Amino acid sequence: MLELRNVSKVVGGKTHLSDISLKLEHGTLNVLLGPTLSGKTSLMRIMAGLDVPTSGSLWFDGKDRTGVPVQKRSVAMVYQQFINYPAFTVYENIASPMRVAGIDSATIDREVRKTAELLKLTPYLDRMPLNLSGGQQQRTALARAIVKNARLVLLDEPLANLDYKLREELRAELPKLFAASGAIFVYATTEPLEALLLGGNTAALSEGRVTQFGRTIDVFRQPADLITAQTFADPPLNTIAVEKKDGAFHLEGDINFAVPADWRGIQDGAYVMGFQPHHLSFERSGKDAFAIRAKIIATEITGSESYIHLAFANVRWSMLARGVHELNAGEIVDLALDPRNLMIFDAGGNSVIRRQKLAA
Amino acid sequence: MDKTWNNKAWFMVLPVLLLVAFSAVIPLMTVVNYSVQDTFGNNQFFWAGTEWYQEMLHSERFHTALLRNLLFSFTILAIEVPLGILIALNMPRKGWGVPVCLVLMALPLLIPWNVVGTIWQVFGRVDIGLLGRTLSQLGIHYNYVQNPLHAWITVIVMDVWHWTSLVVLLCYAGLVSIPDAFYQAAKIDGASRWAIFRYIQLPKMNRVLLIAVLLRFMDSFMIYTEPFVVTGGGPGNSTTFLSIDLVKMAVGQFDLGPAAAMSIIYFLIILALSWVFYTVMTSYDAER
Amino acid sequence: MARIELDHIRHAYGPNPKSDADYALKEVHHTWEDGGAYALLGPSGCGKTTLLNIISGLIHPSHGQILFNGQDVTDLSTQERNIAQVFQFPVIYDTMTVYDNLAFPLRNRGVAEADVDRKVRETLEMIDLADWVNKKARGLTADQKQKISLGRGLVRSDVNAILFDEPLTVIDPHMKWILRSQLKELHRRFGFTMVYVTHDQTEALTFAQKVVVMYEGEIVQIGTPSELFERPKHTFVGYFIGSPGMNVVPVEIEGKQARFGGQTVDLPGAPDMPAAKGRMELGIRPEYVRLGREGMPVSIAKVEDIGRHKIVRTQLEGQEIAVILAEDEDVPADPHIVFDTKGINVYADSWRVAWGG
Ligand SMILES: Nc1ncnc2c1ncn2[C@@H]1O[C@H](COP(=O)(O)OP(=O)(O)OP(=O)(O)O)[C@@H](O)[C@H]1O
Ligand SMILES: [Mg+2]
Repeated sequence: MLELRNVSKVVGGKTHLSDISLKLEHGTLNVLLGPTLSGKTSLMRIMAGLDVPTSGSLWFDGKDRTGVPVQKRSVAMVYQQFINYPAFTVYENIASPMRVAGIDSATIDREVRKTAELLKLTPYLDRMPLNLSGGQQQRTALARAIVKNARLVLLDEPLANLDYKLREELRAELPKLFAASGAIFVYATTEPLEALLLGGNTAALSEGRVTQFGRTIDVFRQPADLITAQTFADPPLNTIAVEKKDGAFHLEGDINFAVPADWRGIQDGAYVMGFQPHHLSFERSGKDAFAIRAKIIATEITGSESYIHLAFANVRWSMLARGVHELNAGEIVDLALDPRNLMIFDAGGNSVIRRQKLAA
Repeated sequence: MDKTWNNKAWFMVLPVLLLVAFSAVIPLMTVVNYSVQDTFGNNQFFWAGTEWYQEMLHSERFHTALLRNLLFSFTILAIEVPLGILIALNMPRKGWGVPVCLVLMALPLLIPWNVVGTIWQVFGRVDIGLLGRTLSQLGIHYNYVQNPLHAWITVIVMDVWHWTSLVVLLCYAGLVSIPDAFYQAAKIDGASRWAIFRYIQLPKMNRVLLIAVLLRFMDSFMIYTEPFVVTGGGPGNSTTFLSIDLVKMAVGQFDLGPAAAMSIIYFLIILALSWVFYTVMTSYDAER
Repeated sequence: MARIELDHIRHAYGPNPKSDADYALKEVHHTWEDGGAYALLGPSGCGKTTLLNIISGLIHPSHGQILFNGQDVTDLSTQERNIAQVFQFPVIYDTMTVYDNLAFPLRNRGVAEADVDRKVRETLEMIDLADWVNKKARGLTADQKQKISLGRGLVRSDVNAILFDEPLTVIDPHMKWILRSQLKELHRRFGFTMVYVTHDQTEALTFAQKVVVMYEGEIVQIGTPSELFERPKHTFVGYFIGSPGMNVVPVEIEGKQARFGGQTVDLPGAPDMPAAKGRMELGIRPEYVRLGREGMPVSIAKVEDIGRHKIVRTQLEGQEIAVILAEDEDVPADPHIVFDTKGINVYADSWRVAWGG
């Protein structure tokens, strides 16, 4: 188990990480989800032993490993800006960590070919990295990390340059690989969808703090605060100020809805309401759903889904609808929103109700 | 960013420290010792204080030799650095030409100093040397033994021939590390050859160039073997550099005291100039 | 601005290409209309970057010609073609300031300093780096560097075309949304011919009027997002567009029916069968498969909850069929599936066949 206890990192007066505590188990996949500059790479560097935390400690299998340099740990890392040895063939690039470890060539050959097959690099094993396409270069770097067989594998946005379908396949393959090797995998990404497809656990990061850590789907469904909800929404989370009074929530434009029976203990006052773009719908589903009238700004159609940009009161929202909806800019549409799908945050940004678990 | 520390690293440099102590510090102390004493032979020494230093600092001979050194160092830097860059820029970056060029460039660096001197001494001789004879047949009265200017040109050409490769190789190492994408972007942006050099290639080279300039400066300031072999410091004293003068004084005239004082002053000048170079160039680099 | 014609372009990186496999581009013969917004979509290594570099003149094709507005430019240099290109990996001049980076392509072309200033500030505003004018480009993060590269591509207004090679991969999703809509806005305003390479289908489908799908050095289909989704010409397009991709099942065709295993599926019409009857397949997208209590009985292999919907992997006659379920729908106890007729396509040797009478 890898444990971080109250880890902080301050560089030149600027706080890069503040008070992070995490426990990561063997054989698990852990996603660090956050926008750029939220501290994902800094955190990974500390986990790897490339940097020392300003305060706090790092424990591996019950032993304090704070300050133990990277060479002495069993760590593999792939950077976003990946690095290959330009003078080695792809084969030798992948083999290099095993050569350093002094493994016999028969085993090396087997492992290299197995990993190359997984990453669809077999036809390119004899090429030089500079004679490859961008995605092929990145896969070479990824293969090198996988083949190292480390106890802790850190992947910093490793799929960023890979094509969509390959990512889809790797997302299916990587978790299997992780479970089999018993290593701890940490995977940094800025994309919520990627985290959801990988599953496992997610730590949401924002401005150097871990805002929530738990099962990926739980963090997505029940974010503890506004920042986590925003980090975990693509297209961006829709928000608006609301007020609770007399057993109902009031929105701008004279819209209101009764406080559902199972939301208990919410004081009267001002709140922020948030919801995911796919929860806006054209049909009124759910008996408590209420209507919202908004203006179309633009629509983008992907063939199976439509991204619709809306104006409501003085805020901009986005909507993700299934199917093709060709709507003209300026058109007024009636939409429905089910209170079951709403999140309500207080002035401090903390969730006052958790979104209700859907009937299982 | 602070890195993880490993105290064992110090043990690894210990042998080097000891070596430096034996090979540099102890001899240096002996020289310091000589520089403050006087002797008339038969191993009897008298305390002389700063007398030798004062004498050296006021000596005409020392001043001209020092000027000669500075002039020499700056001349060869002014030639070798731009020439080295120019050659590095024109070396191939791919294909079979690369190893060929690299070996050709490395050749002069592999030849010992005194051999270089001898080669040029023979090469330039008017009676049998290829260069000397060709020039005189062309009607140029080239004679480095009698003409101070010719002697200077010979020593400089020799140094350029010997050491430009070092600058070339260092620059080339910087150049090959530039990804193709930068040149492609420059083409798209319509950059001229000069703009590519100024904004892509030079920034990649400036670190190695700093090292090249420092090395070449220190080395040329201490030049001894080549002019000694070729001109022996002449004609007259025209190519008598500090180091040659020093040896003349210490070995030829056996003036150990002044020679020692001169060594110390010489050493301090090199140290000071190198330090100035280094700080000026690194702060320039950091500023950018 | 220009219409770009690619006339039988082939390209091999090696010196002596022998078989088709040696070609990074096998045969591209296609016209990009003046002022069009195209997305180039395809798997890693299919030749997208190669094709862009051929258009911009960074690579000279082994065969074929390139024409701008009918004029042969195959032998012109990059500079003479007057193209803006944003690369896959950020390229910045790190000794210059952010401002000078953007001004560079303009100054190189001798644009007057007042115009340079106006254009640069306008562009900086657009990419949201206006506060960074005097900052050195060195030490910026990858996404900021990429924004600068993007800015250098957008700063020139007189170009024949702007080529983007996966410009947004290193940028985080929220910023992507903003930049993408700004690119579209720009396209509306200035009508540049834009070619946008991406491997992100959402990006391709939302950005472009026409999407070009490439596969192993060839263009397999050009169409609107809806065409690619509803009527993929090749099973590869069906697989590549959509997540998860189209389900493909080997079948036998008899008139207006398709059979596989013990199942029979009604088709919207009788396919125009090719003379030499090849390998026949039926393609149906997960979005058009209904999971319920009627139809063909299936077993459930796996349910992936990805938040806004669920992907159900079912087994039917030894075939995996993926089904999409809404967030609040559940898998029924005795699961059956039905294919929605309007989502069915039939393929012979991987190419789609039209419906006959
Ligand atoms: N400089 C080169 N020398 C030799 N082969 C190359 C070179 N660059 C690319 N290739 C090969 O040409 C093919 C097409 O490469 P290209 O870079 O066009 O792919 P791409 O579609 O841009 O892929 P990606 O999405 O991974 O960037 C690949 O198989 C690649 O290995
Ligand atoms: Mg590419």
